[in-house]
Amino acid sequence: MKGLEWRRFSRAPADGMGRKRSLWSRLHLDPWLLLLLLSLMGAGLVVLYSASGMSLAVTLGQASRFGVALLAMFVIAQFSPSTLCRWTPLGYFIGVAMLVAVEVMGDMGMGAQRWLEIPGIIRFQPSELMKLAVPMMVAAYLYKRSLPPSMRDLLICALIIGVPVMLIMRQPDLGTSLLVACAAVFVIFLAGLSWRVIGLLAVLLASALPLLWFNMHEYQRQRVLTFLNPESDPLGAGWNIIQSKTAIGSGGVFGKGWGLGTQSQLEFLPERHTDFIGAVLGEEWGLIGMLVFLALYVLIVGRGLFLANTAQDTFGRLVGGSIVLTFFIYVFVNIGMVSGILPVVGVPLPLVSFGGTSSVTLLIGFGILMSVHTHRRLLPR
Amino acid sequence: MRKRRDPIKDTAREVRVFRARSLLAALLVLLMAGGLGARLFYLQVVEHEVFTTRSEKNRVRVEPLPPTRGLIYDRQGKLVAENRPTYNLTIVRERVQDIDATLDRLVDILGLDETQVEAFRKRSRQRQRPYQPALLMSGLNERQIARLAVNRYRLPGVEVEAQWLRHYPDPKIMSHVLGYVGRINEQELASLDSGNYAGTHYIGKTGIEKQYEKALHGQAGLRKVETNARGRVLRELERTPPEPGKDLTLTIDTRLQQMAYDLLDGRRGSIVAIQPQTGDILAMVSAPGFDSNEFVTGISYKDYQSLQDNLDLPLFNRAVRGQYPIGSTIKPFEALAALQNGVVTPQEVIYDPGYYKLPNDSRHYRNWLRWGHGRVDLERALAVSNNTYFYTMAHRLGIDALSSFMYKFGFGEVTSLDVQGASSGTVPSREWKREKYGQVWYPGETLSAGIGQGYWMVTPLQLATAEATLANRGDWVRPHLAKRVGDTSVEPPFKNTKPDVKLDKDVWWDDVFNGMEKVVSGREGTARHIGKGLKYDMAGKSGTAQVFSLGQNQKYDADELKERLRDHALFTAFAPVDDPQIAIAVIVENAGGGSSHAAGLARALADEWLLSDDENTHQAEELIKEDVEVEGT
Repeated sequence: MKGLEWRRFSRAPADGMGRKRSLWSRLHLDPWLLLLLLSLMGAGLVVLYSASGMSLAVTLGQASRFGVALLAMFVIAQFSPSTLCRWTPLGYFIGVAMLVAVEVMGDMGMGAQRWLEIPGIIRFQPSELMKLAVPMMVAAYLYKRSLPPSMRDLLICALIIGVPVMLIMRQPDLGTSLLVACAAVFVIFLAGLSWRVIGLLAVLLASALPLLWFNMHEYQRQRVLTFLNPESDPLGAGWNIIQSKTAIGSGGVFGKGWGLGTQSQLEFLPERHTDFIGAVLGEEWGLIGMLVFLALYVLIVGRGLFLANTAQDTFGRLVGGSIVLTFFIYVFVNIGMVSGILPVVGVPLPLVSFGGTSSVTLLIGFGILMSVHTHRRLLPR
Repeated sequence: MRKRRDPIKDTAREVRVFRARSLLAALLVLLMAGGLGARLFYLQVVEHEVFTTRSEKNRVRVEPLPPTRGLIYDRQGKLVAENRPTYNLTIVRERVQDIDATLDRLVDILGLDETQVEAFRKRSRQRQRPYQPALLMSGLNERQIARLAVNRYRLPGVEVEAQWLRHYPDPKIMSHVLGYVGRINEQELASLDSGNYAGTHYIGKTGIEKQYEKALHGQAGLRKVETNARGRVLRELERTPPEPGKDLTLTIDTRLQQMAYDLLDGRRGSIVAIQPQTGDILAMVSAPGFDSNEFVTGISYKDYQSLQDNLDLPLFNRAVRGQYPIGSTIKPFEALAALQNGVVTPQEVIYDPGYYKLPNDSRHYRNWLRWGHGRVDLERALAVSNNTYFYTMAHRLGIDALSSFMYKFGFGEVTSLDVQGASSGTVPSREWKREKYGQVWYPGETLSAGIGQGYWMVTPLQLATAEATLANRGDWVRPHLAKRVGDTSVEPPFKNTKPDVKLDKDVWWDDVFNGMEKVVSGREGTARHIGKGLKYDMAGKSGTAQVFSLGQNQKYDADELKERLRDHALFTAFAPVDDPQIAIAVIVENAGGGSSHAAGLARALADEWLLSDDENTHQAEELIKEDVEVEGT
């Protein structure tokens, strides 16, 4: 019902002032996207309950984080894109400053320096902020320029992207740094980067791969090697991939049933409620469950791209598009990892894996998308 | 680009570009999602079976349930091989945070050495899955277990496991009879039923333990269990209980065995005693023995070398593998051969001038008494162990008739039912010599053979067996060590038993027995010193086996050389003559004459077996302590 109302609205975006705006529009939410997200999160909680070994505490904890994340989404959606754009540089520079702080005095966690902590009050991962701040900064820079971007603009963008990415890579967190870079590159791509430059960059990237290899940490190289041949170290690094593939493969078409996955429940599967939750899904719900989740993700992406297209200004379009595509990259990298076609990188399955920070970041992203869609200056084009 | 002249944005174009790009992106998203879908289809449909098997293998572990090894008792029901719990220390690598620190701590607590730690690291690397425990040390003593318990809180992942281990309460005296179990080696593993031995670490290596391995081991069971990734068993899915090994009762009497071992008193030698009616081996001693328990826990290379290099050959089972010239103990059998072949009568008297001469030969074959025994009939010839009489018999019989008769008593072959590693010895004949040496038989060799020297080679077990057959008046029973296997009795008649020895006249047995009785109780008997106070009739025969040469590569100093060149002392006996209860063969290496150095041992043993009260036993022991110098072989 409300959706239909919205549809009418969207088809006549610049219509008269007297027209009554829908409830959703006044709330600055998109009902379809919200519905899809809530379905995903609900189904995700069901999977998480089983993946955590039927832990109600973990599941409720995740649910309450979802609550916080949804609230954050709602709040962000109330700001207009122009407001967000104004604040973007500040957020970006604070983020870079915090990354530098982490670099200088970051404490140790997970064998890597990623956290910034004010003891007893907050533990914060600056790289999480940068997942949004970097693409927004690029968009905030580009939207004023004439597009497609000129060479000079590209160089400036490279600088905007390069500084935080290098800092995150040094933490070391190769996965996040690549995802941040990826999000920013999507902005440039959507801004209309010419195919000639894209081709050139592709060639440059390919030739830079060996360089990347030699700059990797030993454990990162080990992950890549293990990915290429998991049987070489079946008890160590290869264990995760082998057990994950075994879990998924043994699930078959219909799965072993909720809470009945032997690989998951008997703990053969490592990190089963975080990064490898996709394998639990595959084992217990089978191919059907996997495809349902994939379909949800694709629908979210589709809806998101549509919303981005309805944006009125370039900043909103670019940021919205980038957020959605990055979201899909998370999905692809995670499922690719658990099914053994990509190396093991610490990327959670969005809105399903246990963990608060990434959910909040993701939903803030969707909040921006909703803001972009629902804040329209009622001006003729 | 050079001129910054375009501050006016082409918004419509931007929207167009964005639309095209986002459409392209959407297509890519669909393509990638399709790729993931295809990958999942491949894993979950195409390769589903493979991964199902793999996940089952992860989850379900088949654990062998090893059977407990059967116990071994002696004939009186005394335990001679038992299973004792032993404690092993294992480490689950995945539960240990700092393995080096833990190992250092354990080295402190238990006093481990570097090789044990290295062996652990190797085993730890060779594990098949995580959370599988690896052995660090076996055979913890109580003190070590207690120290571990106290330190348990700072040793996560370190566990003590109980396991049964074979133990022999009387290792020295029983070592050669029982043999021992040891860790299964690769060679054995290849020929074993791997299912039945999946959880078994030990196997019978020698002796009874090897002979009755199948019965003692039992049948392994198995259980299928569901485990989690840490290897913890969550529940049992299926169980087939093991069938424990059968208990074994031996024919050996430990008391008699102990006595026989003590009687040898540190000398090299062997004593075998057999119950004639049944073929039960009552005692079978090879001295010196060794501590078979050392082989169970794993003997160190150094200790093994020192056993190997020991000139007294403690690892060598003299009772069944030791080959000795039969000496004068051949004479009763030879007398029977002569009677049966009709070359002599019991009454025929032969004059002994102190030597025997072959026709057309000037060489003198001497009696042990230089001036001769004069007129000698069969009974006296046995009693005084007259050589001339038996030279004559051997000459009259010829070597082939003599040896073919000896075969009937089990010489030259293995007749025992269940004795591991028995040797067949040698019975010389013309054909044997031709085959072995490519030489003709010389008449003089027949004479040597007639007094048991030359090529004869017998084992103590063969000698005792022949003596038992003699005592039985030719009735054959197979000597054996097992009396009962589980609930099944091992008793005659046995399959493949040799035919009984038949004589034309039954009274000839008595004629020979009379002569043998006179050995012990006659006025002139070679072993008359042991006849003092004898409370039953005993038939005996002494013997001396000449030591011709020493083995190569054996080094002796002068005194030892002299000792090692001395003759072996032999004595065979059975008693009581009318109703034989025990047949005995005694061989004491390099002891000198058999009558003086071996006869007393046989008497003491027979006393122990036949007379229950201790007084008589003590008397017998005193008898052998007296330094009685008796002439004769």
